[in-house]
Amino acid sequence: MMSESWPVVEVLSGGASEVSAEVQRRLYEDMILLRSFDERAINLQRQGRIGTFPPSLGQEASEIGSAHALRASDWVVPSYRDHGALMVHGLPLSNVVLFAMGRTPSLSSALKALPTSIPIATHLPHAVGLAVAAQKLGTDDVAMAYFGDGGTSEGDFHEALNFAGVFKAPVIFFCQNNGWAISVPRARQTASETLVQKAVAYGIAGRRVDGNDVLAVYQVVGEAAARARRGEGPTLIESLTYRMGPHTTADDPSRYRPADEYQDWKESRDPIQRMGGFLMAHGLLTPEDDQAIRQAAQDRIQAEVEAAEALAPVEPGGMFQYVFRDPPGDFAAQQRRIEEAVSRG
Amino acid sequence: MAERNMIAAINLGLDQLLAEDARVMVFGEDVGKNGGVFRATEHLQERHGDSRVFDTPLAESGILGMAIGMAVGGLKPIAEIQFMGFLYPGLDQLMSHAGRLAARSQGQIHVPLVVRVPFGGGIRAPEQHADSIEALLVHTPGLKVVVPSTPYDAKGLLTAAVDDPDPVVVMEPIRLYRMGRQEVPDERYAVPIGPARIARAGTSLTVITWGNMVAVALDAARALAEAGEADLEVLDLRTLYPMDREAIGASVSKTGRAVVLHEAPMTGGLGGEVVAAIQETAFWSLQAPVERVTGPDVPYPPYAWEDFYLPNRERLVAAVRRTLKD
Repeated sequence: MMSESWPVVEVLSGGASEVSAEVQRRLYEDMILLRSFDERAINLQRQGRIGTFPPSLGQEASEIGSAHALRASDWVVPSYRDHGALMVHGLPLSNVVLFAMGRTPSLSSALKALPTSIPIATHLPHAVGLAVAAQKLGTDDVAMAYFGDGGTSEGDFHEALNFAGVFKAPVIFFCQNNGWAISVPRARQTASETLVQKAVAYGIAGRRVDGNDVLAVYQVVGEAAARARRGEGPTLIESLTYRMGPHTTADDPSRYRPADEYQDWKESRDPIQRMGGFLMAHGLLTPEDDQAIRQAAQDRIQAEVEAAEALAPVEPGGMFQYVFRDPPGDFAAQQRRIEEAVSRG
Repeated sequence: MAERNMIAAINLGLDQLLAEDARVMVFGEDVGKNGGVFRATEHLQERHGDSRVFDTPLAESGILGMAIGMAVGGLKPIAEIQFMGFLYPGLDQLMSHAGRLAARSQGQIHVPLVVRVPFGGGIRAPEQHADSIEALLVHTPGLKVVVPSTPYDAKGLLTAAVDDPDPVVVMEPIRLYRMGRQEVPDERYAVPIGPARIARAGTSLTVITWGNMVAVALDAARALAEAGEADLEVLDLRTLYPMDREAIGASVSKTGRAVVLHEAPMTGGLGGEVVAAIQETAFWSLQAPVERVTGPDVPYPPYAWEDFYLPNRERLVAAVRRTLKD
């Protein structure tokens, strides 16, 4: 069996971790923050205050553990469900709210992240290019691309892994296998028994990890990053997780997903419950701490939502402003025509 | 200064750009040891090393996607796509990403990417090696598109493209690579992105064109002048986006008549946009309807039909005569 060649790395079940208590605590806090944010965002969408939103419910360990294993100077190349990783990397949550309000949130120039990629897997070659740039500029930074099980079906997945292997690029392909690509189950994406085994075809390293075990994700991504920094090339990581929510707020998983599958993951494999239990068992968390962490998350989210909602509505010029650094002459005329129509409105 | 053909001018331009800035990288299929299928990158790997001039796996989306990442990561990538007919898998990268990242990041990210792509017909190439899809590129917001038709402009526009902070596609007319030589300065110079060029000044009618078809227009102009029949002005757009509407308006206002000439298929071709620009800038000067001389709405045919497909002097002269008659 192919899966036997790719052991699933787990830490929480082993009872001990070498990660510092401080980092363990941060991982837990950020998972709570992400879960709380997603729950709030779903409410905001139901109230009509934001548009369609893709929650990461159930994937908190994969998002938070992976991003914490990077340095600030590494590149995050996200797909559309990776606001958790971006948040850890330094993106204000107010920007995530703005994005869901149909606006273009400004990335800080200091943030080493590309804008959220909407098309599937076409951003994977960008991560290769960022890694090649780091390689040629002589830094030891790495790039990490986020994508899902559905993304492995795209041609750009193949091209990116193939290029990365040939150029030995310091890049990590972090695949969150959450079981579903909207309504299509993992088994309909590929006849491969695992996703990680695809690494073999490209001559690159592969790791399989329990994606609901935040300490295991943190460890495996950290090892892949260290490997890349040493010049040993790319790694494909298959992080086994589960999308406990809908694809987006516009989706209804009850149309296609067996209810008992969801119940099983929710009751016995929830990443936050597992890490919370682990911390309490090791005396690193009390119920009072837990309550305080959850309250702090709510307070922070409230402030971020208020910051986003306090911004003035967009102006027509905003869609012209940044397309080119040096805009063509015709832009001014096109913008003026729209602005005149608005002012006549 | 020496006389050079277009391919030699491009090779010299690439050599100088590589020499002056360590961030410049030249890559694509067969560009390394082989020096490119048209030899545009000949000897560059020997001179600048295989870290800066290198072959990629054979995959156009991978090439352009990697190039986008390299550009954002602080390099100045010059990617070669071997033929425009093979650009289609890479269009996703240009349309979904290269043209959007600056806007999507509110200007925090720029993509100083240059894509060189040989295009067009006229050399009896195998099927699907002769496409001209400038209309698709010009219709993609966020991209600049330039097309030299002379050795001088080929080097100068390439330099301007590398200097530009935004993604630029340089369409290189295959048929003109080795057709004719011209004085091309040894030193660095840039031909600015934007302004069109009056390839021949005239008074009776303006032919607006680009790339390979500039040679056809000049040939027709010569024939009509020798016959004492007409004095054509030939406007070589050189940059297709942003389009030099002022130059189009100025020339057609002067001559009062225009024919638009391109080798891509007619329907949805860039000629329609040029005609719109004419009526926006020179409508009240027009003395006759504007004609288009283009490839027909058929897939670029196998080369037995090439001479029927490509606009030539006879078709252009016929259109010019009809336009002058009114």
